[in-house]
Amino acid sequence: MVYGAGVDVGSTQTKAVILDEDANIVGRALTDTGANVIEAAENAYRMALAESGISEDEVGYVIGTGYGRYRVTFGDAQVTEISCHGRGAVHLFPDTRTVVDMGGQDTKAISVTPDGEISDFCMNDKCAAGTGRFLGAAAAALDIPLDDLGPVSLAGTRPIKISTTCTVFAESEVLAWIGKGKKIEDILWGVHQSIATRSVGLMRRVGIEDEITFTGGVSRNVGMVRALEERLGRKLNISDDCHYMGAVGAAMFALDNIGAGRVPVAGG
Amino acid sequence: MTITAGLDVGSTYTKVMILGDDREVVARAMAPTGFKLTEIARTVYDRALAGAGISEGEVDYVIATGAGRHQVDFKDIHVTDLTASARGASHLFPGTRTILDVGGQTMKASRVDRAARVESFRLNDKCAAGTGAFLEKTARYMGYSIEEISNLMTTSKEPVPISGVCAVFAESEVINHLSMGTPPADIMQGAIESLTGRSVQLMKRVRAEPEYTLVGGILRFETMANAVSELLGAEVNVPDGDMVQFVSALGCAILARIRLEKLAAEGLDRTRAAVGR
Repeated sequence: MVYGAGVDVGSTQTKAVILDEDANIVGRALTDTGANVIEAAENAYRMALAESGISEDEVGYVIGTGYGRYRVTFGDAQVTEISCHGRGAVHLFPDTRTVVDMGGQDTKAISVTPDGEISDFCMNDKCAAGTGRFLGAAAAALDIPLDDLGPVSLAGTRPIKISTTCTVFAESEVLAWIGKGKKIEDILWGVHQSIATRSVGLMRRVGIEDEITFTGGVSRNVGMVRALEERLGRKLNISDDCHYMGAVGAAMFALDNIGAGRVPVAGG
Repeated sequence: MTITAGLDVGSTYTKVMILGDDREVVARAMAPTGFKLTEIARTVYDRALAGAGISEGEVDYVIATGAGRHQVDFKDIHVTDLTASARGASHLFPGTRTILDVGGQTMKASRVDRAARVESFRLNDKCAAGTGAFLEKTARYMGYSIEEISNLMTTSKEPVPISGVCAVFAESEVINHLSMGTPPADIMQGAIESLTGRSVQLMKRVRAEPEYTLVGGILRFETMANAVSELLGAEVNVPDGDMVQFVSALGCAILARIRLEKLAAEGLDRTRAAVGR
């Protein structure tokens, strides 16, 4: 058995996935990227290998993706995260035509063909408005764990309209609403709606076609899932592996290369 | 004897200025704004009154400005930040025709006429990249507080470019530079230069003319004023010491005096005592 591996070095977290020849996930791992990007990639890869119980020698090809893909020193090739998210989403949800990927510092809308090819994409490249960082700012302002934001926001009944666009100013706005005696759940529900509105705007620019798959770290946030589904008026494909989608796609490309008989360059 | 007060409830700091009969400064006070605007305005005002050694009843007129001006419950009237800074800057430097005001969360450029009336203005209040928040974030990513910036930058030898497109994205740039061994001073100086570039762009959009007067909390960093002057290729006026942060509060207190005099000329006494406030 030969395995393919994908390592997705994101701005906030690094993910690694190992696929067997039949493209089943046999190992996955996640670690904070931090300042030492090379080490984060190595750690995630080692942890994924440990979970799968296979040795490094059994992996035939490794592909790096994400903003730190060139820091995956043991990678055999690099593929952009846009291609990887598209490919991964179509692998796990074959009827995917639109992917919305929300990560730590960027949000991307990707439209894909039935074979997982990218036909168009759009992303925030000028500023961090409407990305996971906006949630991070709200969590910091309210001093509650990032993972609790979604569940807390679901209790919101009268969402506060968040007027700031800039992630930096959002922190002050959230505190100002607290100062005015607004409920945390209503503020957070407003924060989620604000991000959802921006993301749907991005998705419209590539065209929204069913089915829609939500990927990236923020896809684990139940509040964001609900806010997006309400704005879009339809259900999204979600699974626990959505957080790992870039790495899944990268590992799929690794399997392609193994199938095509491409051999990693020596020392790779 | 006429005493007037000006309050500037800014996004980051609240400033109060009290002027005496000869329009001389009798007291000033400042504190971080926080999120209870009505309360902070009262606290800083009380502190200024205590500093001046006068009672509230002796103040004849109060004008408020700044993002939190509507929350000041003891003011007589309020004016916009632009009107206030134009008056304050022209009082300190009568030849002022263009004002750059860089605060914690806003950047403003305005062109004024000889009577300190605003003719044209441009604002950046949507994005932190053009404001003091950008410098504060950059400093914080490196483990420095904003007050340490000034000393830090004096040691800069070779500033590195910081794109300054987004205060959040700047974090990755800062981390990359640090990991390559760039001294924090050079990164900070790079951030200042990026902010300077944005400032001068904004000034050009109001068709800036000399004299240029620079005000606002961020201009207390001398290196910022020098960078703006260099990029404009012209001399700039910068109020001395912490007056640079009080220009809008000063402008309000001056406007209060002008207003009382104008009303008095019409035979109206609108002092607080006269109207029973």
